[in-house]
Amino acid sequence: MSPREIFTLRDYLGPELKGRTISDARRLVSLTDSLGQTCLADRLGELSRRSVLLAVSDQLISAIAMTELDGVARRMLLCPPDLNAEHVNALIEDAGIDAIVTDHPSRWADADIYLVLAARVPERTIRKAKSERATEWLMLTSGTSGVPKIVGHSLEALTGAIVADGPARGAPPVWATFYDIRRYGGLQIWLRAILSGGSMVLTEPGEALADHVARLHARGVTHISGTPSHWRKLLMSGSASGFSPRYVRLSGEIADQAVLDGLRRAFPDASIGHAYASTEAGVGFAVNDGREGFPASLLGTRDSVEMKVEDGSLRIRSTRTAHAYVGLGAAQLADADGFVDTGDMVELRGDRYHFVGRRGGIINIGGLKVHPEEIEAVINRHPDVRMSRARSRKSPITGSIVVADIILADGCDASRGGEIREAILADCRASLPPHKVPATIKFVEALDITAAGKLARSDA
Amino acid sequence: MSVRLRIISAMQRVAVEQQVTLPPLDDDLSLHETGFDSLGFAILVARLEDDLGIDPFTISEDAAFPLTVGDFVRAYENVPA
Repeated sequence: MSPREIFTLRDYLGPELKGRTISDARRLVSLTDSLGQTCLADRLGELSRRSVLLAVSDQLISAIAMTELDGVARRMLLCPPDLNAEHVNALIEDAGIDAIVTDHPSRWADADIYLVLAARVPERTIRKAKSERATEWLMLTSGTSGVPKIVGHSLEALTGAIVADGPARGAPPVWATFYDIRRYGGLQIWLRAILSGGSMVLTEPGEALADHVARLHARGVTHISGTPSHWRKLLMSGSASGFSPRYVRLSGEIADQAVLDGLRRAFPDASIGHAYASTEAGVGFAVNDGREGFPASLLGTRDSVEMKVEDGSLRIRSTRTAHAYVGLGAAQLADADGFVDTGDMVELRGDRYHFVGRRGGIINIGGLKVHPEEIEAVINRHPDVRMSRARSRKSPITGSIVVADIILADGCDASRGGEIREAILADCRASLPPHKVPATIKFVEALDITAAGKLARSDA
Repeated sequence: MSVRLRIISAMQRVAVEQQVTLPPLDDDLSLHETGFDSLGFAILVARLEDDLGIDPFTISEDAAFPLTVGDFVRAYENVPA
């Protein structure tokens, strides 16, 4: 391919590689034949040059529709399944949407201002679509409140890290992810499956974890990614036995030593890597040495990614970052030098940087700053702990104090609660300054995970 | 256990954790002389709220923070549980 030629997903979906599939719990669709299929009942041509809202609840149909729209639409905005309906109109306006692809056409009443196309289960077509342009990919940030921001990417930026990693060794991978593929972390995996010549296994809403893992096993999944919260949930469930992927990837939250060690024990034969990526900053790097944090030597320029630490936060400039926030009055995505401030705070300890938390998630204890994540990292080291959440609690004395909610590991004797609580507090006192030691510890059955796969933080 | 005994026992526990040597906890002892800093009191009040179900210092906005151990205990005793 000459550099001037447009690069689209179609280029990776030819009939040469046999046996490629994409599946959810209900369907298995061939990717080898995907250029001969359509979800859009042969109406793809009508979407040429259009700005398309891809509002398809079904992940598999969304996945196929993305491959059809790429190279045809001017831009496509991916809607995650949990998108608040109240925000849709603002997003449509900001993104200049003039066509909607949906599996619920009746929900879109204003069909006079935009074209509404029904997306259906893929069916055979003899029409061959051609790539005409580089489609702009729009994704939404996963913040907890307010209208999400629209983040603009090119396919080249989205796939920069995948191309840099080079082709997978051995048989083409079968990828799976606990993420929804309409989010950055999940889309990365769907794109990896496409570019690597492999297959893809999707999540199914409402499916029990044990059934999901049985399906991953049955489909021969070799490569799988999720957030540390997803992985802790899997480790807690006891469903992991019998499943043995070759590559286990974490991203989207801080991968602390406890979760890395837990995965090492559960998957002794797998490579385990934690990647740093965000919707805005793109994929920064992956660390594969099984240790939390990242080597300080990654700062500077490597693989066309430039990283620096300023005012305690990680800043990234690369061809893999998003190019802009989209919409009227949208904020600047990068600073004047082109660096994206990730808002992820890091701390140098020895020759390694450790993530300590989000800038926006800081708890203020009588004027002293605390990142809940650094406390959780200490608590999670205790062998009887599966998962924890540190949070602020109002105090009439100091304004706030830190408290912790903890899920104990399976088979942990409840009568040992007092002893475990004392041991955890002793660990915290040994590793943390006094104001970061939880004032109280509560043992809980469950902690909420957001739709984006992250530990829910009400005070963040 | 009486409210008083639960408060004294919680103070002793926080003192051990904060490595504070408590003098004898007489009613007249000023809270300042207990050796607790504000973080120590914040922890104590949070634990007592979990244990006794009340935080007398948040309930009433203009409640003055007590000056002595006796005042502190009475603040809890005087709140209807």
